[in-house]
Amino acid sequence: MLPARSQILMPVRASTILGSFALALFLNFLPWPDVRVVPDFVALVLAFWCVRQPRLVGIGIGWMIGLVADAGNGVLLGQHALAYSLLAFLAIWLSRRILWFGPGLQALHVALLLLVSQGAAVLVRLAAGDPFPGWAILVGPLAGAALWPAVTWLLLLPQRRTEREQAI
Amino acid sequence: MDHTPPPFFKRGPAPLVRLFFFASLSLALLVIDARFRYVEGLRTWLALAAYPLQRIGTAPVDFAARLGEYVSTQAQLVAENEQLRARALAYSQDAQRFQAAQAEAEQLRRLIGAAERLAVRATPAEVLYVGRDPYSRKLFIDRGAAQGVRPGSPIADEDGVIGQVTRVHPLVAEVTLLTDRDQAVPVQVVRNGLRAVAFGAGASGMLELRFMSAVADIQTGDRLVTSGIDGTYPAGLPVASVVRIERDAEETFARAVCQPVAGIERGRYVLILANESVRPPLPEEAGRERARKSKPRFKKDAKEADAAR
Repeated sequence: MLPARSQILMPVRASTILGSFALALFLNFLPWPDVRVVPDFVALVLAFWCVRQPRLVGIGIGWMIGLVADAGNGVLLGQHALAYSLLAFLAIWLSRRILWFGPGLQALHVALLLLVSQGAAVLVRLAAGDPFPGWAILVGPLAGAALWPAVTWLLLLPQRRTEREQAI
Repeated sequence: MDHTPPPFFKRGPAPLVRLFFFASLSLALLVIDARFRYVEGLRTWLALAAYPLQRIGTAPVDFAARLGEYVSTQAQLVAENEQLRARALAYSQDAQRFQAAQAEAEQLRRLIGAAERLAVRATPAEVLYVGRDPYSRKLFIDRGAAQGVRPGSPIADEDGVIGQVTRVHPLVAEVTLLTDRDQAVPVQVVRNGLRAVAFGAGASGMLELRFMSAVADIQTGDRLVTSGIDGTYPAGLPVASVVRIERDAEETFARAVCQPVAGIERGRYVLILANESVRPPLPEEAGRERARKSKPRFKKDAKEADAAR
């Protein structure tokens, strides 16, 4: 009855989660020409683990990663923390619903999550007195959602069993 | 008889409660950081925690660069060597002339009794990564408080000024670029010595001279260098060149848009210029004023104004 989980996966390893966050951080640190249109890979990976493993990765972990992102990027302390804890909450709340759908509809849900999280960050900056950075700020979350099927495939790879193992 | 569930059903507080807790914690941090700047210590510790992650993050790029260097062919190396030698020759000519000109300038300054300019110490640093924030322009370098970097030090590359150190962590330092909306640098037009302050224009990657007099003698193509009157930037570093001047008939002011000469958004190596030796001693009067700090300044200013009248 579960279309998205047609295959039984192996339990996730903590090293996979840590490694995926490190990779996302690396992608975020690359010198992108315009950060507004580049997806926030850390947010994407956080949303993924909150949807897939809500018991392991939750709001607290999102908040801590957000704080590190704030200090690392030299922005107001708490901006990413707020955005990521909101994202983690929404992802956990919707996790059962999201997993019911296929990759395309899942991506639509994730687009909504990323947009809300980005919106929280924009609101914080507007309240702090920064000018509106332009509507291009919406492109990043949408690009992130478009990457969702690829991210799902990639991050579930270590949990999949080979054909031979499945046959056993 | 109590009906507590068995321990394997325990999942802690509800997600909504947790969200409320962490969101209020974030908001409190935001307010404290934006209004009172009390959390710099916490930020320093977090930056220290993030440092290995940053190193891991940038390690593949470094590794790829090193690998690229290793497998670069001999022909490439020979060509690059030749190019570098030609450039060194050109620079050495400039350097010789610079030494002569510097000696002459020093002599002239001594003649007119002006304070001698002190040499500026420069430390090389490598750019770690660029801050991921669409609202500001920042980059992070691999030298921090442990290597003696101080907040406020100017940062330059081989072409000119890039920005200023705004926050120093133990192992990294945060540099606000000239193009940041909140960054200002005092400049001087090379052609006629006109002084102005250049502000960052934000996302466009340009600098602006705002509120210039409409009849100010400034032209397209004018080169701007640091004037050094702020005591932060050493004088005479190239900053920008004017690309466009907007003079509105209705407005009293002219606005000059300038293109930075340094590779602000590119380049991997920068120089940290030590700023503590650049600051000239305070003039006598201001020094005395500072010594009498207990006295309210406004009263004295008012008295002076009365006397002037």
